[in-house]
Amino acid sequence: MAAWKKLFENSTRLTLFIIRERLVMSHTQTTSGKHHFAHHFKDAHHEFDSCKVGMWLFLLQEVLFFAPLFVAYALFRSTHPEAFLEASHLLNWKLGAFNTAVLISSSFTMALGVNAAQRGLHKKTVKYLALTILFSVIFLVVKYFEYTHKIHAGLLPAGMFSHPVEHEKTPLFFSIYFMMTGLHGIHVLIGIGLIFWIMMRAKKEEFGPEYFTPVELVGLYWHFVDLVWIYLFPLLYLIR
Amino acid sequence: MYSDTATDQEEKNNYLNHSKGIKSWLTSLDHKRIGVMYLFSILIFFLIGGIFALIVRTELWGPTKTFIDANTYNQAFTYHGTIMTFMVILPLIPSAIGNIILPMQLGARDVAFPRLNLISYYVYMSGALLAVITLFVGRVDTGWTFYTPYSIRTGGATILVLAGAFLMGFAAILTALNFIVSVHKLRAPGLTWTKLPLFIWCLYATNIIQMLATPVIALTLMLLTFERLMGIGIFDATLGGDPVLFQHFFWFYSHPAVYIMILPAMGIINEVIPVFSRKNIFGYGGMAFAVFGIAIVSFVVWGHHMFTSGQSETANFIFSLITMFVAVPTGIKMFGWIATMYQGSVRLDTPMLYALSFLFVFLVGGLTGVFLATLPLNVHLTDTYFVVAHFHYTMVGGAIMAFLAGLHYWYPKFVGKMYLELPARIGCLITFVGFNTTFLPQFVMGIRGLPRRYYDYPPEFTQLNQVSTVGSFLIALGIFWTFLFLIISAYKGAKAPRNPWGANTLEWNTSSPPYYENFEKQPIVTRGPYEYHS
Repeated sequence: MAAWKKLFENSTRLTLFIIRERLVMSHTQTTSGKHHFAHHFKDAHHEFDSCKVGMWLFLLQEVLFFAPLFVAYALFRSTHPEAFLEASHLLNWKLGAFNTAVLISSSFTMALGVNAAQRGLHKKTVKYLALTILFSVIFLVVKYFEYTHKIHAGLLPAGMFSHPVEHEKTPLFFSIYFMMTGLHGIHVLIGIGLIFWIMMRAKKEEFGPEYFTPVELVGLYWHFVDLVWIYLFPLLYLIR
Repeated sequence: MYSDTATDQEEKNNYLNHSKGIKSWLTSLDHKRIGVMYLFSILIFFLIGGIFALIVRTELWGPTKTFIDANTYNQAFTYHGTIMTFMVILPLIPSAIGNIILPMQLGARDVAFPRLNLISYYVYMSGALLAVITLFVGRVDTGWTFYTPYSIRTGGATILVLAGAFLMGFAAILTALNFIVSVHKLRAPGLTWTKLPLFIWCLYATNIIQMLATPVIALTLMLLTFERLMGIGIFDATLGGDPVLFQHFFWFYSHPAVYIMILPAMGIINEVIPVFSRKNIFGYGGMAFAVFGIAIVSFVVWGHHMFTSGQSETANFIFSLITMFVAVPTGIKMFGWIATMYQGSVRLDTPMLYALSFLFVFLVGGLTGVFLATLPLNVHLTDTYFVVAHFHYTMVGGAIMAFLAGLHYWYPKFVGKMYLELPARIGCLITFVGFNTTFLPQFVMGIRGLPRRYYDYPPEFTQLNQVSTVGSFLIALGIFWTFLFLIISAYKGAKAPRNPWGANTLEWNTSSPPYYENFEKQPIVTRGPYEYHS
């Protein structure tokens, strides 16, 4: 019970923090401190702001990077709804739902980690980042079991598909499935690497109220990766 | 106008002699040095792409075989197209000239993320080398468009080229991101959005296109790679996929991409014409918003590449209509430039000569674009030499002419020496004449129905083809001449003052070549970029 209480307290504090820092005091971040900012910026806050704009732009191009797959999905689903229906039944929605929960939890611990870094709580930062890595590894392990099961069953991209199915276009669904979840999986892997990197830096107590840019940026990236999955899960697993 | 005196003190610490040795260049985070590295790398690829162009034109001297067989010919035009688009014209102005000029015009010390800038350069280089390496292992013959299903079935090292294009796209995205943040965050005090030089506006619009369109081609090329590796079937009709979907994805990027090539070119013309006319640009706001008009419309016209690919008639009609809208903002820009020159004190220095050549050839290129946007004409002209002539008029006539204008305009700033005026003008003349000799006949051949990319042609086209081939060698001569004298100028040229053209933008408010950190003290902007009076 105590753990839950703590979690609740933390999340309340996080919400209040977001309201205070992001909406009310968004432009008053402290500029003093030991962090040495690059020579072409006015001050540390100027640097932080620029980095954040850069990250948002990067996420914008990420959206466009995933876009063709979503377009291909929409095209083939609209022309062959029956094949997509059949194929979706061949996926295990329970595993998908479990993974969704895992990934959302990881986003939550990531947010707590960012918050801890902003407040200079080094140990907590490391703890929450480690938890985030744990969740993302669980996600990948489940994904691994899903993939191996499909490979054994012959549920593969269209060129190598060998599972008995009713509809001619069902294999195409699995091409899209593997491309989408594969690309997302690569993003998860990169994310784990990035989180590990900032965790190591947090261990060296590099972050505090005056400098937490990398944690913030990796956090944004991680939430994006999470968000992609939130679209993938219903689109792929929940066609009924 | 900024002061014109330079002291010895200033020369001691410029970006060229700040530190020495090849390593200090290769690991430099200075945007000017990275820009110079881009410039040299791109010019080397320009040379390679040019050689392939000459191979293609030489083969077309007569019908049937002249000196290479049909397969080699296919490879030659593929390499010409791939190298010239992905490695040369796309990064030429934004990554090379833009890298050097953009932060200086902003009054900043560097781009927002210098390290990312250097990473972009190496990502670009690894992509480019990956693509060039295929010359020795495997070769490709898909054409630069990689159309399916041929690109799935053909042999060769297509995957390497796809990976190379993927990496180069990634580099372009990172550069664009860097520039956008720089424009937002690093403007000098007083440099409001309405006081920004139009070159910055054009680069900004270009960067938005790069950010939003490039990821789409990156993923598409990745899908094509998987298509070749394991047959995912998304673009393969035999596996239930749709080859036309590939064309949609490809042109969703590649149509905006032609504006990635032309908008920065327009940016350079925007700088050159007011300076050499001694007049404020005509309709600053209109010129700036026209650029954005072009950028926005560029995203919704891709279907005009597929009028004959089995698109629905409704789609054809809509795409044709929207394509014609491109002519409106482009027209605004053309009239703006001409109105700027009107009653100005026009000086015909080399940059201005190139700018005038640009106006002429780009007018031809733009108007033939309207021809091609017209549905019934397009059905006749699609995939003929008319298309080839059209896009060379915009891409070579537009982008390369403007690049040369910019190169001569900023040469004193880059190198610290003046270029030799007379040889430069002669070079411009040769290039201009050669260019028109090469591509005007191709309009005629296209209207008479000669398809592009063919190895062989009926004998009645021999004469026109030969004129075109002579022209291509004239271009080569002009370019060679120009660069030869640019190199000579670096040694023999007179020492450049800070502001040889009496320009008003910030990059002239520092020594030539610029200081290591661009400015001795933070410049403050109090007036518009083209206000030459007072």
